Formats: sequence, C-alpha cells, structure tokens
Amino acid sequence: MRKAAKSEARPGRGRLALYHALLLAGVFVFWYLMTEPLLWSEEAARRTAFFFGKPLMVLQQIWEWFAGGKIYEHLLITLIETLLAFAIGTLGGLGVGLWLALSPLASALADPYIKASNAMPRVILAPIFAVWFGLGIVSKVALGFTLVFFIVFFNVYQGVKEVSPVVLNNARMLGANSRQLLRTVYLPSAMSWVFSSLHTSVGMAFVGAVVGEYLGSARGVGYLILQAEGTFDINTVFAGILVLTAFALALDTVVTAVENRLLVWRPAQGETEPL
Amino acid sequence: MSFPLPTAPALALSNVTVTFVAQGGGSTYTAVRDTTLIVGEGEFVSVVGPTGCGKSTLLNIAAGLLESSAGSVRVQGEPLAGINRHAGYMFQSDALLPWLSALGNVELGLKYRGVEPGAAREQAMAWLARVGLSGHAGRYPHQLSGGMKKRVALAQMLILDPKILLMDEPFSALDIQTRQLMENELLELWSADRKSVVFITHDLEEAIALSDRVVVLSAGPAAHPMGDYVIDLPRPRDVAEVRLTPRFVELHTGIWHTMKDEVLKGYAQSRQK
Repeated sequence: MRKAAKSEARPGRGRLALYHALLLAGVFVFWYLMTEPLLWSEEAARRTAFFFGKPLMVLQQIWEWFAGGKIYEHLLITLIETLLAFAIGTLGGLGVGLWLALSPLASALADPYIKASNAMPRVILAPIFAVWFGLGIVSKVALGFTLVFFIVFFNVYQGVKEVSPVVLNNARMLGANSRQLLRTVYLPSAMSWVFSSLHTSVGMAFVGAVVGEYLGSARGVGYLILQAEGTFDINTVFAGILVLTAFALALDTVVTAVENRLLVWRPAQGETEPL
Repeated sequence: MSFPLPTAPALALSNVTVTFVAQGGGSTYTAVRDTTLIVGEGEFVSVVGPTGCGKSTLLNIAAGLLESSAGSVRVQGEPLAGINRHAGYMFQSDALLPWLSALGNVELGLKYRGVEPGAAREQAMAWLARVGLSGHAGRYPHQLSGGMKKRVALAQMLILDPKILLMDEPFSALDIQTRQLMENELLELWSADRKSVVFITHDLEEAIALSDRVVVLSAGPAAHPMGDYVIDLPRPRDVAEVRLTPRFVELHTGIWHTMKDEVLKGYAQSRQK
C-alpha cells in the first residue's frame, strides 16, 4: 500500500534520471535557440550571444580543454586548494569547537570575538591573504579555511552542547573517565553535526579557492575565468562555470557517500528499517 | 567508623535534603527533604510516589550524579564521593549510545575498564544471549523496538556486575505485556545473584509485584517518605499471576490508602501550575 502511494507521488529512480537529463537538454536547446538567428532577428541573437555565450562554442571550449589537456593542471590546483582548506578548516573547527564547548571559561572569553569574526564578510580578507602569503596556493587555502572553520566550529559547538544528558550520565555510570567521555560521547555526537554541515563546508572551501584565484593567481580554474573575462571571451567564462559546477557536484557526491558510510547509526529521515 | 561493619547496608541515605537554586539565584526549590532510605544487602526496594515528587532526584543522589545539600550517603558503609562505582543505573528514557550497535553498547562498560577487546566482545555476546538478543548484536538502537532497547540497557548495566542496581522507571515507556515480560526477566536475573535494588516507579502494582519492601514518598515539593511496607509475598513470583492473589490485593489496598491523598495533592499542584 505504502509503496504504491510512494511510486504515485514520485517517479522511479531511472525515470527521474531521464527527466533530469531532459530538463538539462531543454535548457540547452532554449539557450541555443535564443542565441541563433532562428526565432528572432540576427541582431537580437547576436546581442544575446554577447551576454550569455553560445552553447555550442561553450561545449567546444570544454572539449578543447579536456582533449588538449590544458585544463588538468588548473583543475588540480583548484582541487588541492579546496581539499587543503576543507581538511585544515574542518580539523581546526573540530578542535576549537570541542575545546570551547567543554571549557565554559574559554567559551565565555571567546564568545564576542567568535561572533565578530563570523559576522565579518570574510571574502574581503582575500587581498590581505594575497599580501601575506603571495599569489600561490597558500593564500587561497587561508581564505577557504576562514570560510570552512566557522561552519564546522559552530556545528561542533552545537553538537557538544546538545549531547543528551541521559546518554552522558549513562556513560559516566558505566565508568567513563573524561577522556573516554570525549572519545565515546562528545566526539561522535559532534561528528554527526559536522557531517550534516559537510555539504556546506565543502562548497565553502571551493568558494574560497575559486574566489582567491579570481582575485589574483597564475593558475587554477578561477584564473582561467579571469583571463577569459579580460578579453570579453564570454564563452570561455561560461565553460569555466560549467566545469566548476560539475566539479562541485562531484565533490558533493563524494561527501554524500562518506556521510552514508559513517553515519549508519543515524535513522534516515522519515523511514525506519523494518525488523 | 572507618571499619564498615559486616552488616553495613548496601546503600544508606541519611537525612538527605536536596535544594535546587534557580539560575541567577533568588528562588529555591526543595525537591527532597530529610529523607532516610536504607537498602539492605540483596534487598529489592521500590520507591513509589506521585509524579514529580523527587523520586529520580533521590536515585541520582544514590548514583552520585547529584550532590545532596544536606545529609549523607553511604555505600556499604563507606561515604560516597563522586560517582557510585558499586552501582549500575538504568534510566527512564533511552540512554543507549545511538552511534554504537547493541553489541557496542553492551561491551562499553568493559571497554571503559580496559578489558581486552576480545574478552569484552565475548562477554557482551554472552549477555546479549542472556537477554535474548543474540541475533541483533549488530543493530543500532534506532533499529530496535522499545523492549529490545530496554534489554540492551539491562545487559549494558549487568555486564559490569554492580552490587547495587538503581532503576528509574525503566519499563514505564513499554506496553503492559512487554512490561510484564521484562519484569519477570528482571526478577529472574536478580534472583540468580540477589543484588540490592532500588526501583523507582509511580506504579504501585509494579512496586508490590517486584519488591521485598515498598517505600511511599509524599507529593513534592519537599518530598519525604511517609510509609514503609514489607511485602511478604512468596518468591519466585510471576508478576502477572501474583496480582491476583488475596495477599497482593490486601497489601495494595493498605498502601493505596496512604498514597491516595498524596496522589490527589500532587495532581492538584500540577493543575495549579
């Protein structure tokens, strides 16, 4: 009964993928029609193409990048920056989050400064980081770090504060010392919050890397986009955006896979496994 | 006094008072006042009382999770400082670690004590078998039914072989059939090695069916014991059948007579709030 109701409300998996593909194709066809002199005057199509690029040229550019191998070093740099910012930011947020959540004095002292640095628009730090760390990888990682750190920090802090007092008391009654409490209660609880923020934080690491490249660099996908923009090469700009999007989607898929693997203990939303 | 007498009770709360101060000072709330509760070696004592009368507070004092404002707590003659290492605690709500499997939860206490992993696993599997959950060792708490979770919690507590069991309405969330099954299981496990038990409940029938002694608490605030009844029903008991015996009905009538006024008082107070 329930299964039937479900399949009525939502198409099956294969079907859904087909619809997704059709929707994407539809967008490209619409884009194509608007930028070619088929439906309206050549002048109007030319203007549209100036602002939005031509889909065939964009795809051709992507093909050239990958077939010619020019894109790989840039992608690799962006990937390294993203992963470094993500890893360092997550570890930093985890460590500081645990520390502040478990030490009321430190937390009370740091509170206004944490709030202030979180409220600050941190992208504006990019030029400062460029001055401090130069135009290489480090300045991009630093920018990504400031973005990722706070997301993870707040989630860990919340995770530790929301540990069920009953579970905590139970562990204490079973004889846990403070280190064992940290390892078996606080950390797993905080990790479940961290994982639910991973999608946001991996995206932020990516933003840090690309924005950093865009503001000043010699390599990376952000650099490619900046170069193309300098010569009004709108097709290359769009090609860069498409590559970045696909790349971000791939990262997100990896995060989902890791999450599903590590959080098997958490009940999935709205469904429980029948015994 | 530093030499505990051989007859020292397993647990002795003497003139315990617990007062909570609202955050920021100002108003205070006395949950338990001047309460004395002695639990002998191997004795099964139930504490009953209306909802919100400070039964759980009393248990937390005995567990060392909470410090009393006045009075003393002695465990086998020794004054209690910090967590009560001789006691196992079974909580009212879900207290299993949700990120550990049933097996992981049962072996947790042994791991805390530094028992070698292989041995801990073996013992935990044996305990899971004793509570009838061998086939569910790998399941996580959210995949278990309410009764199964209680069994895991029971095994988690008993694997450490505590001398005193503190149980805070452990079966109140279960349906009546599952509850009676669990009560019989508890009695069976208990009769194997006669630990001292403090069993908190608001259900007088459950208290009589399980215990050697029933202590009735008055309605809060400032709850205190107002009745102490020896239950002389023969053991072994079946909790479902024992309820039908004339002696049970007699005991129940007697205790209920004292309790009724307090329950009504507690009810009136909860309505005023």
